[in-house]
Amino acid sequence: MDTPRRIYFDYAATTPVDQRVMDAMMPYFMEDYGNANSLYALGRDAYRALEDARERFAKGIGATHPSEITFTGCGTESDNAALLGITARKSPKGGHVIVSKFEHHAVLEPAHLLEKRGYEVTYLGPREDGIIHVEDMVVALRDDTVLVSIMHGNNEIGTIQPIKELAAAAHERGALFHTDGAQTLGKIPFDVAELGVDAASFSGHKIYGPKGVGALYLKRGTPFEPQILGGGQESKKRSGTQNVPGIVGFAKALELMLEDQAEESLRLAALREKLTNAVIERLENTEQSTTVDPAHRMPNIASLLIKGVEGEAMLLQLDNLGIAVSTGSACSSGSLEPSHVLLSIGCPPEIAHGSLRVSMGRFTTEADVDYFLEVLPPIVERLRSMSPVYDRMFGSSAR
Amino acid sequence: MLYSDKVMDHFNHPRNVGVIDDADGIGEVGNPVCGDIMKITLKIDDDKIEDIKFQTLGCGAAIATSSIVTEMARGMSLKDAVAITKKQVAEELDGLPPAKMHCSVLATDGLKVAVDDYLVKHGREPIAGEVKSADPNFDPHADEDDHDHDEA
Ligand SMILES: Cc1ncc(COP(=O)(O)O)c(C=O)c1O
Ligand code: FES
Repeated sequence: MDTPRRIYFDYAATTPVDQRVMDAMMPYFMEDYGNANSLYALGRDAYRALEDARERFAKGIGATHPSEITFTGCGTESDNAALLGITARKSPKGGHVIVSKFEHHAVLEPAHLLEKRGYEVTYLGPREDGIIHVEDMVVALRDDTVLVSIMHGNNEIGTIQPIKELAAAAHERGALFHTDGAQTLGKIPFDVAELGVDAASFSGHKIYGPKGVGALYLKRGTPFEPQILGGGQESKKRSGTQNVPGIVGFAKALELMLEDQAEESLRLAALREKLTNAVIERLENTEQSTTVDPAHRMPNIASLLIKGVEGEAMLLQLDNLGIAVSTGSACSSGSLEPSHVLLSIGCPPEIAHGSLRVSMGRFTTEADVDYFLEVLPPIVERLRSMSPVYDRMFGSSAR
Repeated sequence: MLYSDKVMDHFNHPRNVGVIDDADGIGEVGNPVCGDIMKITLKIDDDKIEDIKFQTLGCGAAIATSSIVTEMARGMSLKDAVAITKKQVAEELDGLPPAKMHCSVLATDGLKVAVDDYLVKHGREPIAGEVKSADPNFDPHADEDDHDHDEA
């Protein structure tokens, strides 16, 4: 199969490591390879690099002290540790926890585990606009609510939650607040002090850093029971010899994101608008998964519902032409369930079937968007023409 | 999850797509869980499948299995056609990923329903009998035990 181009439109899934990040990491593999916990010079060098990275990372998210940053093995680990670690220390005998229905599985699965351990969990739904509304959370809060966990940017539909208001309302009822910032870190302003959160989770590979490194922000004084036990690294909060190159790369990656955040988010938002508007204009029976205004959307994620086609088929056809995207279709989920995110905003399964997520990033150009806009319509039209029900479902307007 | 080259070939170049206008038998089946729908139309002469076309709304495996089933069934007697199993379909495609085995049921069931449709229209006894994916309570997860054999 000839692939004329390679266009990566799945930056929300992962990103390539930036060359400058790679360069920053390289010395810590083969030269300064010491264990940051060793006393001799090699160890001290690694320790300095580690603590320097921690300081820079803390600064990048507006933390008051570097000790508020715990480096972990991934975003998933951070989410797990936040939910399990905070509840275990603050209210070991049980209590009430709120998470949103459209959290990443890295939050939903530990929430299920908490239920098994005797906690009561409320799964708070977003409204149709794809946003968790403060009023709805206030209704769900109880006197015994220990922790609320609501993600900042949703990884599938790209909506941004009002974290500052949500955290303030949770605090008013005495609950702690965690947010999953894996998708938004570096892409839109994320300042823990400004948002007022007690805990936040991040992942390196979403921002041109390496895979397999994450961070957990724990505001000073936040109760936390370590979930990985051993040699007591990371101030006993997360044992295990630190991944010095990964952590150095993560800190570098964050700095690079912050360098041009404002311009880059405007550039990507313009590409997102161009792409969504053109797809909707060129293809009938197509819409965005939520109608929320652009100000509440992540700049880099376009979430489209292309009715009357199946997402995996679209994905494979686009892949033939060198384009990588993702879908929330049941057929591509393994479990044969449509995306829980799309279901949570009231999207019927047959519409989620045709969902397409196009996520852009640092190396996306307008020419990439133009190419996508050129090749998508014929793919969709061909698949619709192969469908036994398209005409029936969408009437005479069908093509 | 990986599709075999043959699956990709049939997905990218599906054979016998379309609808036979004056079809002798029509079969439409759906998988209510993942939402995929398949329609087969048949031209039948002397209890043999003379022509066969399909339309499918579904994943890569659903399209590829639909396509290959039309190739397999063309020229077959009705009796042989309804005996095609999902396992044979998967083998013909050099295997299907375990999670995609249920898609091949759609293709074999569509064919069965179309054949019976023809027979019943002509006042004859159906030979394929009940078909799972025409049943709204059909559970594709129930096929799990068949998965081991057909891995791609
Ligand atoms: C919102 C969100 N949370 C958590 C994760 C998990 O991060 P990681 O892949 O580093 O475990 C991801 C990405 O997969 C994500 O998008
Ligand atoms: S038919 Fe839906 S997974 Fe193949």
